[in-house]
Amino acid sequence: MSVLNLKVNGQNHSLDVDLQTPLLYVLSDDLELRGPKFGCGLGQCGSCTVIVNGEAIRSCITPMAAVAGSEITTLEGLGTVEKPHPIQKAFINEQAMQCGFCINGVIMTAKAFLDRNPRATDAQIRQAMSGVLCRCHVHARMIGAIKRYAQEAKA
Amino acid sequence: MNRLAVLKELTPDAVVALEKTGMSRRQFIARSGALIIGFSMAGSITQLTAPGSAAAQRLDGAGSGRLDSWIAIGGDGSVTAYTGKCELGQGLYTAQKQLIAEELSVPFDRVNLIQCDTALTPDQGTTSGAQSHPTNFNEKNLALAGATAREALLQRASAKLGVPVDRLATRDGVIRVKADSSKSVSYAELIGGQTFGVPLNSGAKRKHPSEWTILGKPVPRVEIPALAAGQFEFVHNVRVPGMLHGQVVRPPAVGSTLVSVDDASVQGIPGVVKVVVKNNFVGVVADKPWLAFQAANKLKVTWTAGSGLPPQRDLYEYLRNQKPTRDTFFVNSKDVDDNLASAARVVKATYFYPYQMHGSVGSSCAVGDVKDGKATIWSATQAVYPLKNSVAMVLGLPPENVRVIFRMGSGCYGINGADTVSYDAALLSQAVGKPVRVQLTRKDEMAWENYGFAFVIDQRAGLDARGTIIAWDHESWAPTLGGRPGPSDPGNVITGFLAGFQPAAFAARTPAPEPKEFSNGSNAAPSYVTGCVGGRCEGTGTVASERVFTHNVKSPFWTGPLRSPARVQNTFAHESFMDEIATAAKVDPVDYRLRHLRDPRLIEVVKSVAKAANWETRPSPRFGMRRTGIAAGRGVSCVLYEGDNGYCAMVAEVEVNQDTGEITATRLVIASDCGPVSNPNGLRNQLEGGALHGLSRTLLEEVRWDDQKVTSIDWSTYPSLFLGANVPKIDTVLINRSDGSTMGAGETATTVTAAAIANAVFDATGARIRQVPFTRERVKAALDARA
Repeated sequence: MSVLNLKVNGQNHSLDVDLQTPLLYVLSDDLELRGPKFGCGLGQCGSCTVIVNGEAIRSCITPMAAVAGSEITTLEGLGTVEKPHPIQKAFINEQAMQCGFCINGVIMTAKAFLDRNPRATDAQIRQAMSGVLCRCHVHARMIGAIKRYAQEAKA
Repeated sequence: MNRLAVLKELTPDAVVALEKTGMSRRQFIARSGALIIGFSMAGSITQLTAPGSAAAQRLDGAGSGRLDSWIAIGGDGSVTAYTGKCELGQGLYTAQKQLIAEELSVPFDRVNLIQCDTALTPDQGTTSGAQSHPTNFNEKNLALAGATAREALLQRASAKLGVPVDRLATRDGVIRVKADSSKSVSYAELIGGQTFGVPLNSGAKRKHPSEWTILGKPVPRVEIPALAAGQFEFVHNVRVPGMLHGQVVRPPAVGSTLVSVDDASVQGIPGVVKVVVKNNFVGVVADKPWLAFQAANKLKVTWTAGSGLPPQRDLYEYLRNQKPTRDTFFVNSKDVDDNLASAARVVKATYFYPYQMHGSVGSSCAVGDVKDGKATIWSATQAVYPLKNSVAMVLGLPPENVRVIFRMGSGCYGINGADTVSYDAALLSQAVGKPVRVQLTRKDEMAWENYGFAFVIDQRAGLDARGTIIAWDHESWAPTLGGRPGPSDPGNVITGFLAGFQPAAFAARTPAPEPKEFSNGSNAAPSYVTGCVGGRCEGTGTVASERVFTHNVKSPFWTGPLRSPARVQNTFAHESFMDEIATAAKVDPVDYRLRHLRDPRLIEVVKSVAKAANWETRPSPRFGMRRTGIAAGRGVSCVLYEGDNGYCAMVAEVEVNQDTGEITATRLVIASDCGPVSNPNGLRNQLEGGALHGLSRTLLEEVRWDDQKVTSIDWSTYPSLFLGANVPKIDTVLINRSDGSTMGAGETATTVTAAAIANAVFDATGARIRQVPFTRERVKAALDARA
């Protein structure tokens, strides 16, 4: 066990953890965050995605040792029910989900990508989303919401 | 169950609802109020149970005959409704709120809806089978409760205001005299905080759809803002004080049984609380989920060898030759062989559909709290009341000591791991006497879930000299093992089986009895036959010489309902075959369908979809097609889901890369008629998602195994359509009927997709794909085999 510092959604945390513990377990169990989710535990589906230093990473396969001292943003760090972030708002406006379990990975992956590539083409957006899985198959609405956010962010 | 204990366990929203209804907890105990339904199962308080409510608690989901079980009016005029049909991501929660707001003429936001909790809500069995909408939105159950409440309120207002009911109008929770709007009384004044004390009135009239102002509108789903903000509480987010974490250890192969467990192998891991063994069920409980995961991996468990599996390549022959069988005639006019013998032409084909999995994106999770002979289970089950009973069996407790509280899980599409993981959490909690949360690993979810049925289907049709179908013969084989546990068969899912329960016995039956009535619930009969049984013809088509003969056989894997169970497989075979016959008759596939249909609504969805897709009338395949490079084509498919529960037709447009065998769907057009539309945006979402779910299963999905075990254990071994896929443009045509019954729509689009794609591929290339999934290799082989 080692004591690590972690800044999550602007808040500092000091945690006594096994360095091999995947970040996801700390976020969802110790910090009781509801955004990042365990989907596969293998880095395949994207449900656990968080943004670390501006980059979307898969927290289910990222050991705590790799993120010590990092600044982490989760889905709940973007906005709230009352004041959603524009990308969250785009998904609400498009009603772009069904069960919503995957939405964390969809929004966090898209946001990190568009922050770095604000002029991305449709094909580039699709490429960026190619590792994210939605089993309700709300693909068309989700890609629509991402493009809507991209256009609004550009404007 | 002790009443006070139950009240302590009320969820925060239920407490708010109780308080809004004006009933303090103490008052609540003293009266047989709105929530009596949930307590009448508790033996200790049967004295509070009103006559008749015992019948309402039957485990077949009979609902309740008492208005107070469904609706309560608060002292502030708020309306609280209770439903046994749950939100699974399909939009039902919002639609039910719309229904109650509409029937009671109150603003949408004034309705509080409590769903699926055995201590609070009516027993409505299972939320499944595209049945929730017809169950709660027609003339019974929740809709009838809404209508009964409105009439009861009008009668009270009439007495209070001294004006006949027909001179009263209801708006925003206030009843006014039409001729003098200064005379009015609010719901809160009429009944706020009190119970109605009346039975559901089967004569209560629902509002006509032409009067709707809330139902039928695209009201946004209420959960979406919290989901988008990462604040929604899934069952995965339930946290109970003192909660521990469990992980299960499943057998390494199908048929393996437990030999021994070496507890000492995990003694070095800090935080391990207990190794739990019950028959063949093995699990570990630890302080933290990561420790439980590590302990489960390190635990030394010795198992017997598996019982062996049939070679995957021989599956369909294996199914055909399995004994014993359960044989069923859905229809049998007894002249099919004669008509086939005398037909001008006979067309034959065989279709193959693999085992597929629900593959929820989040592995299944539940929290169990079992102590002092009582249990509370937080579960994403579709069936809180049946689960209450089956959990009681697994734990050896009386059912009245078990409470099941629904919390939404990852989309399920049928029976995923939600029930089995509820047993896992219950067993582990019972063993340690503390609350335990279990979330399955991806492999444990995928290797042991109840797969959708594999099918092999033989079709034969006889044509007369003019190319009209004169006989249709259908014979199928499908494997089955387990299924939904219901109230009495926990062995129908893996954990119940490992813990010592047997799956429901296979009921062999040969020969098949003659059918007594035409029932097309599994769409075993094609849309084109008359369905004549016992002098009544309830099919949707014109072909009177008809035989539909099915065989269930024992499955080596667990099976269960997966979005459109049996219907997606049968419809793939029927609608592909209809195109094959149309080609034999050299007739356009839409025209040929219309020639053999007689149900006006099915005809209308086919015509509507053809019109919306700018369907080019001509036989398939396309004339003068090229044999290399990209080829484009279109295909059609239709169904009356379950024979009576939703009309749907689809046109698919595809491009086939004839060099690689890759299929790209470029456009899907869907026409739907499910009666009066409750929420058009929600309906479109279901049709779009259902179609792409169908596309993923058509092109990619197939459970794979070796001689011992399932090898589809993650997203690299069970491929799915990821978000980056080049998905088709989807257009939906909603036929909104104000005069018909409400039908299901969550499974119709999935049902028609495979055949629409297969027909489009044939149209483009002349190659017929008869086996799902349409992998590149299979398509390439079919292309290479073209004459």
